[in-house]
Amino acid sequence: MTVPDLSPLALSLRVAFLSTLLAAVTGIALARVMGRREFPGKSAAEAMILLPLVLPPTVVGFGLIMLFGVNGPIGRLLEDWFGIRIVFTWIGAVIASFVVSLPLMYQSVQAAFDKVDPRWENVARTMGVSEWRIFRKVTFPLAWPGILAGLVLAFARGLGEFGATLMIAGFIPGETVTVPLAIYFSYEAGRTGEAMFWVVLITLLGLAAITWLNGWRRKTSRRRGRE
Amino acid sequence: MLKAEFNKRLPQFDLQAEFRMDREIVAIVGPSGSGKTTFLNCLAGTVAPDSGRIELGGRVFAEEGRKPLRIQERRVGYLFQDYALFPHMTVRENILFGLPGKPEPLHVKELTELLGIRPLMDKYPHEISGGEKQRTALARALAMKPELLLLDEPFSALDDETRLRCRNELMRIHRDWQIPVLMVTHSMDEARRTADCIVRIEKGRMAELPIPEASL
Repeated sequence: MTVPDLSPLALSLRVAFLSTLLAAVTGIALARVMGRREFPGKSAAEAMILLPLVLPPTVVGFGLIMLFGVNGPIGRLLEDWFGIRIVFTWIGAVIASFVVSLPLMYQSVQAAFDKVDPRWENVARTMGVSEWRIFRKVTFPLAWPGILAGLVLAFARGLGEFGATLMIAGFIPGETVTVPLAIYFSYEAGRTGEAMFWVVLITLLGLAAITWLNGWRRKTSRRRGRE
Repeated sequence: MLKAEFNKRLPQFDLQAEFRMDREIVAIVGPSGSGKTTFLNCLAGTVAPDSGRIELGGRVFAEEGRKPLRIQERRVGYLFQDYALFPHMTVRENILFGLPGKPEPLHVKELTELLGIRPLMDKYPHEISGGEKQRTALARALAMKPELLLLDEPFSALDDETRLRCRNELMRIHRDWQIPVLMVTHSMDEARRTADCIVRIEKGRMAELPIPEASL
């Protein structure tokens, strides 16, 4: 078996990394706002964040085409103002991965923030510490195990995204073909060996991530058990 | 002087606070769920009263129709019941958390020496005993030079010997610092031994007990 072109792996890692970064920033900010503020329409806003979790990826992809397509409101704006095209580019793959991984990140971060005893934050306030410093030095480090779990989940989801990516980014070799797309189209073309190569590689990557996270969690929970 | 006259609705009853104190140690006693901790929380600012006014040394903490003073600006030291030390910080980082980027001030050095926690400064909370945690939390509550010190059941988790030592240290610090200290306890004996004045809360209503009567 010859080693296939590795560009799908490089693209998948780039897409998963960038979408995880976006999901982390957005998920942390949203979890913070939703956990602390009450406003009209909060339940509806939360449902919108979580919706991609229960929708088929093709529905998410369809929605993204409607928004980011050349005739979509955001797509047209981006193309007219900045000359940026989303559909059939790797940026589309990043957006698809971001939308499907955001709910996982949001849920993990929200659960992690809920676990931080509010008394720690209150003690810090009585010491005259600003809200931003409390977040950086108390809330965030104490919520870190849950945030890390969210990051791993979001990265894995981004790495494995197929349906929405295919719809918005299409199959353009070297430009939008991620590992899941490479597996599907190699198999479809009868190149079973090549499909197998990608299957084994992505399975090993997933196993490594889960093993590392579990080991890290056990170490952390042992340390916390002594506190 | 601390003046607190406010009302706070609780699920079972209203907390009706009518309270004044100067620089003494006041013990608040009463059964569980009588509103003792809520009273402290209203003074610290972690809970907002529904009506009334709280004032410390001319600074208004809360008043009807006005936004309450932020917790950070109240200068109130608060020792929580199980101390609430930051588990991911050393004793030194816990105590100096409110004084970032500054060398350790002299009063903190003296305080930690008095409390006997200098040898523990680089340890984490899970590496020290209950009594050491209590003293660390007390040093942390005093590091910002508060104008009022609130203690919620400060000695409840300690054995008799450690309790006696911590109580003596508290009384010595109070003598040196001359700040009002408000201590919640469920033990009348502890209140009698530590406080200059005892106030009883029952179902949200406060009544001062004269020390001789309380001693009976």
